[in-house]
Amino acid sequence: MVYKIDPEIDRHYIEEFRQKPIGAHSPGLQRLLNTMRHDPSGKQVVLVCKRPFEEWVLGLMPADRREPIAIEDGPVFTDIEEAEWEVFRRRWRLLTGESINRPLRD
Amino acid sequence: MLKIVGYPDRYSVAPGEEIAFKISLEEGETFEARLVRVVNGDCNPAGPGLKFPHIPTEIDGIHAGKPQRIDAGSYMVATELPAVAAQTFSFLGFVWPTMPGRGEQVIAAQWDPATQAGFQIGIGDEGRLSLTVGDGSGGTETVRVDHPMLERQWYQIAVTFDPPSGEFTLDQRPLIPYAVVRDHGQYRGRIRLEVQAPPVAFYLAGRPDSDGTVGHHFDGKIDGPILLSGVRTHADHDGLLAGSAPQDVVTARIAHWDFSREIESVNAIDIGPSGRHGRLMQMPARAMKGHNWTGEEQAWPNKPEHYGAVHFHHDDIYDAQWETSVSLSIPDDLKSGAYALHAWSGDSDETATRETYIPFFVRPPRDKAKRGKRPPVLVLAPTMSYLSYCNHAEHITARGAERQMGRLLTFGHTDLYMYDHPELGGSHYDTHADGSGVCYSSRLRPNLNFSPRYHSWLGGPGSALYQYNADTHLFDWLDHKGVDYDLITDEDLHEEGYDLLADYRIVITGTHPEYHSTAMWDGMKAWIDRGGRLMYMGGNGWYWRIGFHKTEPGVIEVRRAEDGIRTWAAEPGEYYQSFNGEFGGLWRRIGRAPNVMAGVGFIAQGFDISTFYRRAPDADHPRAAFIFKDVPDEIIGDFGLVGGGAAGIELDCISANLGGPPNMLRLASSDGHSAMMMLVNEEFGVVPPNLGGDQNERVHADLAFGETPSGGALFATSSIAWCGSLSHNDYDNNVSRITWNVLERFLDETPFV
Repeated sequence: MVYKIDPEIDRHYIEEFRQKPIGAHSPGLQRLLNTMRHDPSGKQVVLVCKRPFEEWVLGLMPADRREPIAIEDGPVFTDIEEAEWEVFRRRWRLLTGESINRPLRD
Repeated sequence: MLKIVGYPDRYSVAPGEEIAFKISLEEGETFEARLVRVVNGDCNPAGPGLKFPHIPTEIDGIHAGKPQRIDAGSYMVATELPAVAAQTFSFLGFVWPTMPGRGEQVIAAQWDPATQAGFQIGIGDEGRLSLTVGDGSGGTETVRVDHPMLERQWYQIAVTFDPPSGEFTLDQRPLIPYAVVRDHGQYRGRIRLEVQAPPVAFYLAGRPDSDGTVGHHFDGKIDGPILLSGVRTHADHDGLLAGSAPQDVVTARIAHWDFSREIESVNAIDIGPSGRHGRLMQMPARAMKGHNWTGEEQAWPNKPEHYGAVHFHHDDIYDAQWETSVSLSIPDDLKSGAYALHAWSGDSDETATRETYIPFFVRPPRDKAKRGKRPPVLVLAPTMSYLSYCNHAEHITARGAERQMGRLLTFGHTDLYMYDHPELGGSHYDTHADGSGVCYSSRLRPNLNFSPRYHSWLGGPGSALYQYNADTHLFDWLDHKGVDYDLITDEDLHEEGYDLLADYRIVITGTHPEYHSTAMWDGMKAWIDRGGRLMYMGGNGWYWRIGFHKTEPGVIEVRRAEDGIRTWAAEPGEYYQSFNGEFGGLWRRIGRAPNVMAGVGFIAQGFDISTFYRRAPDADHPRAAFIFKDVPDEIIGDFGLVGGGAAGIELDCISANLGGPPNMLRLASSDGHSAMMMLVNEEFGVVPPNLGGDQNERVHADLAFGETPSGGALFATSSIAWCGSLSHNDYDNNVSRITWNVLERFLDETPFV
């Protein structure tokens, strides 16, 4: 059976991702991310670069290419890992109903 | 979003020759242009920065521009047909629709869009066979069978029409019937419209529109299309294909196109008496299995009669056919190397990019007598790999890419433009809208990711470079070191082979020279076997076999055959290249693993982060002493602009039993890879539970060196990310030193053995 996120088990990995969003992860965090990064609706969250190496915002690519990509006005990220953390927090809230009110890293 | 895009009419040009640039402006009526040399296309502030020295030429200045569009979609056109609907006629054939629900699609037509005269046979309304006729005064009438065709099933179709009476028949017969499924359709009736029969060109898989484009394309295969006078049936079709039709049927043929003839060409041969040959436009796929393919033969050259189908796509593109916006005569004294036309139409901002760099390469003079003394170093620009990745859009079309990357997919203005313009056509990694693989890629269209300043969703974190722009890290290092070199492209090597390499002592590759034709492979191997010294500066090289078209310039073919990292898979029985009849797929599957060429071969890929190499015992071997001069370090390349290290993206290693030389030294091996750096699938038969680099000891890059018996040598970095580390610490680092040590020794004429 495909793994389903269990907040009691997976909450453990939030801190690991918060400290290092990109890079080698523990098997448990990798399983969590592989699960979170699948959207059965066919939509895809993307990172839209406004100014190379300076500013990014999030966008939502629809399942049907004939529809436009919805680009957010904000938040504007000055660090790609900040955007990774924001997407992680949104997905966690969507999948568990819980909010994560902590910043990226300490 | 991009407000100015373009492409050159060639990727390689020699001094004294002319190169034309085709540019489309989304706004305004003029643009400025100038020639620049491309030294570094990476604007990452952590690196040395952009370097585009201006080369003054006669094109400096303002040029007129306008919007130019692409009319994508393949079709057949035959211009020598009479007005077919002037008499009773029948159209017989087989179709294999791949998107029957996409809307109105034309299978066959002789239609004047200006007057709405003629006839169209097609599918519509979820895929029901239809006949549309027009009276030339704007009046049209359409009739259809009751049931839609199924996707990817063969149907024999017969459409007859008798203009004087208006009587018609439509017959849509599945070759394989299924229980409960109703996809057989027959409809017989009378059309009241007085049909006009214009003497215009005949089309398959599309028809002309009033704006001059060709539209209403059919997605799928067509096999055995025949036009006849009189009312004919499936039995007549079968008889004609079998060569057993009675004479009255044989002589009734207006045109009988046999797509199994001249498969390597774009000709659609009419085997009827009138020779009303057609031409296939925008490169539909050939050497496709026909309705009668049995599996008894896998190679179309051995049984072309089983490969009588052409697969048309509404998103096929061969030639954008844009008008030339500016041309440049290459000065006789222009140094060989990487260049670009820098064109801009205004200031860029957060919402729009109003400048473009259209890259090309200046090669040495074609005439050997005019070359004079050349430097000993030759850079081989992997342009056919750039072309294979042309408008690579998996981040748009393939869900799962974020998982594969291990990070968010980044979209710049170029990617947003690519999203909005599928008519640009995809790469060899993409699929057509109908799900079939893109097996042809042409350079006669904008290649958006073959550009300086493009930061790829696929490139490692940091600079995020992949392919061409990653190779500018190498150009930059060569420039910084003051290395005098010539440059040729893959296409030059394909056309001229070993002779073009013969005068050079050293060949330096790009970061990802993945695609090679047989002529390219043979030329390079002949050079190595005769004492050449190869500096393989990347990873996953000599992987896929490609074919060049024999008459149409600038287009290559790949068949994603039975193995390898494949984003799509060729259909069983469709592994042989249509352009030349060669068995396609991995060079490894043809008995020429990358190891045979470079001493190393593809082992793993992962796109999250890059890591470092750890010195191996062979580094201290006397044969390798020159490589490690002033490099005592245990760890090599734990820095870099592509993923943060020198070992990343795609990795090669030394492997036994793949035909590589047994005397390769393993100088260093990469370490510290994450679970996302995974073993490639040609390396296992049974899927192992430990695919990732955190658990699989085979997942690593080998920095490697070996001598050849003819006095030459092979040096392999075995990692796409290597060149991203060259500029670290103002080019003073162990990756740069090792690379320089190798180049310095390779420049020395003294044979290695």
